[in-house]
Amino acid sequence: MKNVFSFTRTPYYVLTGGLALIFLFPLVWSAYASVSPQAGSAQKEGFGFGNYETLVNYQDGIWTYLANSLFVSALTVILTVTISVLGGYAFARFKFPGRNLLFLLTLAILMVPYATLLIPLYVLLNKLDLQNSLVGLALVLTMFQLPFATFMMRISFEGVPRELEESAMVDGCGTFSVLGRILIPAVKPGLITVGLFAFLAAWNDFIAPLILISDSSKSVLPLAIANLRQQTMGVIDYGATEAGVVVLALPCVILFLLLQRHYVRGFMSGALKG
Amino acid sequence: MATTLMPMEEAVGSPPPGRQRRPFRHSRGLQGAIYATPTAIFVCLFFLIPVALVMQMSASDWGLIAGNKGWNFPDNFTKVVDHRHFWPSILFTFKYTLIVTVILIGLGLAMALIVQDTGRWRSFLRTSFLVPSALGLASASLLFWGLYSPQSGPLSPILKSLGLIDESISFLGTPNSALWSTVFLIVWRYAGFYMLILMVGLQRIPPDVYEAARIDGASRMQTFFRVTLPLLKSSIALSLILCVTGSLLAFDQFYILTKGGPDNSTITVVQLIYNQAFGGSQNLGTAAALSMIVLLILIVINALQFRMMRNADDN
Repeated sequence: MKNVFSFTRTPYYVLTGGLALIFLFPLVWSAYASVSPQAGSAQKEGFGFGNYETLVNYQDGIWTYLANSLFVSALTVILTVTISVLGGYAFARFKFPGRNLLFLLTLAILMVPYATLLIPLYVLLNKLDLQNSLVGLALVLTMFQLPFATFMMRISFEGVPRELEESAMVDGCGTFSVLGRILIPAVKPGLITVGLFAFLAAWNDFIAPLILISDSSKSVLPLAIANLRQQTMGVIDYGATEAGVVVLALPCVILFLLLQRHYVRGFMSGALKG
Repeated sequence: MATTLMPMEEAVGSPPPGRQRRPFRHSRGLQGAIYATPTAIFVCLFFLIPVALVMQMSASDWGLIAGNKGWNFPDNFTKVVDHRHFWPSILFTFKYTLIVTVILIGLGLAMALIVQDTGRWRSFLRTSFLVPSALGLASASLLFWGLYSPQSGPLSPILKSLGLIDESISFLGTPNSALWSTVFLIVWRYAGFYMLILMVGLQRIPPDVYEAARIDGASRMQTFFRVTLPLLKSSIALSLILCVTGSLLAFDQFYILTKGGPDNSTITVVQLIYNQAFGGSQNLGTAAALSMIVLLILIVINALQFRMMRNADDN
């Protein structure tokens, strides 16, 4: 089987190299287009960062949107990691009434379409006085992360040998200090994966803020960049849009290159959209 | 009585609630329940209650601003099914799902076969194919929105200079070109991901199976269709379920690239839900009814897929 695609060498390199080019070209182009001269954008002549200046001056300014996005992402990561570590520990190491039911219900979140939940969540957050709030958005994004995160932490904890904690228990540690001192250091890879995916999901999510956030000063980055396109009458500022894409994509691409290994494991979670 | 039972209960690790006399914080079962409480609160508040609420809303007269005006079942359902975009959006969503699924799994498999061996060039290829998956779907859509634009897009000039076309292409201008341009974006964004799933499946096939096929004199094509594909079934099934579910719920890419146009030709079901709730009619009731219909369709399709998988396993 391994030889089906072994052509004679040159056509093989041309074909696969061409394919790689198709995958890399849009990324390179967006970076290039964000600094290259372009009619209708702030960067009319020569290369420079005019389009990024447009972003800085757009409505509440990109720093506001960056701060909003970072706040939502950070809160989502903190909530997701905390809840899934405690929950995963409970599911992996304790028996209590309703344990299996709760675990199944957590996984069932995956089976209900995003859009089906967002309509009632819009109403519910209004009732909780969390409408148009970044905290409310982070709570909703955390809920969507829970199935993968809880599953991941449960199997991570189950992979740690019980002897490790039993000896600590004998030494008088309670279950909570066992978790903090022994188990959490032992499940670090799972923790990084869960945190990474919570960050990427929160950073990139579009439909949840589109529905839940209406105030432009509370907008997050993907929403602000999408809205930027309709800003000026008639002329569309493509340069600023691509500058926005670079700001959005850069952290993701850097994280990807640094943590490629963890991506592979976590990819399964993000696949349900698109 | 209770005291004599205690050591036994402790050994089992789960004392029946209400039977033990020790302080609560010493009971392992209760501690576990406490650790699971945040999960339970989240699942209840942000999942179970919304699911119940969407059912109630789908059977109520519920305006975006007016709020709940009482039950009206089945008005929302008849209204949404009679909507002029209902059948076109369902048809379009299925058509889009079929195209995307066939291309993504076919291309993903071909790419997995190309990069499965080790080596510098192959690991470069693997990384190139995977980098687009790092982008958010909205970012990727915004990127391609510029790439496809008639003013600044580089594609028409490049194709012209290669002599492949004479006139600039309007990538998002006609219903057909808008569909295929979006399909191209999705394939670009997700092909690496499906390559990864199928690559993991390929690596699980033991080498001696190929050895046996070689000794039996199987040709490459025979080996592929008789050995590789059947052994890859579970990975293909996983890809299929993920891809079909994801595509049926497509929203971001069409919202950003086409807004449902041109001529309302690219309205997906989720876009229609969004339009019902936050577009002109501002009707959360019909949006909820349509959400329930989508949920039902998904359950039926996934049940069918699982059944097909089981039947395939039996043969």
